[in-house]
Amino acid sequence: MGINWIYPEHEVVRNRDRCINCRVCERQCANEVHEYLSEHDKMVCDDAKCVNCHRCVSLCPTRALKIIPSGNTYRPNSNWTNRTINELYRQADTGGVLLSSMGCPQRYPVYFEKILLNASQVTNPSIDPLREPMESKVSLGARPRDIQRDENGRMINNLPPQISLSMPVMFSAMSYGSISYNAHESLARAAQELGILYNTGEGGLHEDFYEYGANTIVQVASGRFGVHSAYLNSGAAIEIKMGQGAKPGIGGHLPGTKIVGDISRTRMIPEGSDAISPAPHHDIYSIEDLRQLVYSLKTVTGHKKPVIVKIAAVHNVTAIASGIARSGADIIAIDGFRGGSGATPTRIRDNVGIPIELALASVDQRLRDEGIRDNVSIIVGGSIRSSADVVKAVALGADCVYIGTSALMALGCHLCRSCHAGKCNWGIATQEPQLTRRLNPDIGHRRLVNLMNAWRHEIKEMMGGMGINSIESLKGNRSMLRGIGLNEKELEILGIRHAGE
Amino acid sequence: MKKIYVNEQWCLGCRLCEYYCAFAGTGERDMARALAGMKIHPRMRIEEKDGISFAVSCRHCKDALCVKSCITGALTVTDGMVAIDQDRCVGCCTCVLVCPFGAVASTAHGVMQKCELCVQSSAGTPACVRGCPNGAIVFEERGAAR
Ligand code: SF4
Ligand code: SF4
Ligand code: SF4
Repeated sequence: MGINWIYPEHEVVRNRDRCINCRVCERQCANEVHEYLSEHDKMVCDDAKCVNCHRCVSLCPTRALKIIPSGNTYRPNSNWTNRTINELYRQADTGGVLLSSMGCPQRYPVYFEKILLNASQVTNPSIDPLREPMESKVSLGARPRDIQRDENGRMINNLPPQISLSMPVMFSAMSYGSISYNAHESLARAAQELGILYNTGEGGLHEDFYEYGANTIVQVASGRFGVHSAYLNSGAAIEIKMGQGAKPGIGGHLPGTKIVGDISRTRMIPEGSDAISPAPHHDIYSIEDLRQLVYSLKTVTGHKKPVIVKIAAVHNVTAIASGIARSGADIIAIDGFRGGSGATPTRIRDNVGIPIELALASVDQRLRDEGIRDNVSIIVGGSIRSSADVVKAVALGADCVYIGTSALMALGCHLCRSCHAGKCNWGIATQEPQLTRRLNPDIGHRRLVNLMNAWRHEIKEMMGGMGINSIESLKGNRSMLRGIGLNEKELEILGIRHAGE
Repeated sequence: MKKIYVNEQWCLGCRLCEYYCAFAGTGERDMARALAGMKIHPRMRIEEKDGISFAVSCRHCKDALCVKSCITGALTVTDGMVAIDQDRCVGCCTCVLVCPFGAVASTAHGVMQKCELCVQSSAGTPACVRGCPNGAIVFEERGAAR
């Protein structure tokens, strides 16, 4: 073994006055950081293995633990930061591509934090959501252009298939395989109870979850894992995944070691074989090709289910979205560069794609300018962190948002960003039975329902304050938004005025 | 009557329940102060083998063998709960021998102790149930006592 050049990032601090040697931390850390020395009757730890997931901190009954930055530093350098140096050392050591998980943590602007909401004063009344009716329901899908009438002049119902939701939030695609069975069950049960939808991701649908079909979006990705006609017909909508915000332009890879048992069966691939999702769909090289897949899927499902096309927010997102809106798809989902992933190359995650706020504003505007906004609904994702983000996204033009990271956080995720190691201490991004059982779906689904109910209340409060009583009237209502600390170009792209204007 | 039941499927073997149980008996406000440096004697135990674990505590049997066998009458059934009067216990361990669940054990000071559903010490829900992070022990009504 050579020299280890990298000093641990975190330090596990144990307050000896409070520690009672219960060994809960030792039993709960799958990274084997804590150890009880019986000869000394004391707990010790190896900080180097700690990923800062806070499992031990949360479970320690005496609050004896905390995790702090180790504080070790190279000679300070604004160009060569500690992180940059460590990554270079790591690569010199391994020769490998750096892997990460979850969304981009780098210091790029968060536009949601530079947008402020309006409220009514004096001349226009605000609405109290507890006393007056307030509609949080939304319906996603294409809107018919014309009113059609039969020979007797009666209106023909020409409404294309829709998804109807109790609030403008859905759980985004996370495959069974990348997250555990119990995490999936929590999402499915919560979606059902809330009257919203969750998304299978590209791993197919476990047979136990067909009963939640009315609250399921079934995904078709480039690997086409687990896709068959019963699967396509089991959901409320079908999503074609073209891209993902955490890794635009590249595919996915679930290692063969994770393709075991039910996961292999659900994905319809042999045990132990790598599940490789190619970067492109090999049958899609143009909008015309996409149109073929959209219509194949519609045909298989008797034109009864809306088709979503999901793309990553990249530089040409407006032109791509314009094409998708003409492809026969009913809904476009756009995933911003902060979107999460169970495994992604660090360089891609941190350097590719654009912020969802800018992508959303420009796509909405372009589709309006081209007169095709009603062809599709727009869903946005890629770090929606609170009800305020939801309200701002809707006001920028979204019909609905996807949450992935936020939902996982309700289940226990502490953003340690080590999903790719497969040893999630919270039982989410792992398939090890000793770890997956840490997530009891009875508790998990309740926490998701709580989170969404809390957001729904807050959304109504914010809308009420603006004197708006339905999501429909908030949608694309950019006059309710003002920028703070943004330059002319940013304001122009967001289509909003500056605070004070 | 509400009793403690285990959902072993969700038990993590973390043993927090044992510590919350031991703490519940101390009357202290702070667990660190109550238990630091001590060997604990909880009234319930985690049994663990081959990756399966679950909490074992008194079943409060309808026809409790321990109550029948106690030579001093220290064990009684009160409102469906098997209770122990430690002042009457002489530490003969007969109850320990007859309990089919291993739910009675001796304390540091010789007399026996067992789970009494935290009736003395807490507000409604036993300490182990409140302390379990994963819903692996529950306190609920499940029909007729056996
Ligand atoms: S969980 Fe807390 S009290 Fe228990 S051994 Fe670990 S640090 Fe000590
Ligand atoms: S990896 Fe998680 S559980 Fe282990 S020591 Fe670090 S914070 Fe605690
Ligand atoms: S606290 Fe709950 S999960 Fe932990 S050992 Fe006890 S019963 Fe099992």
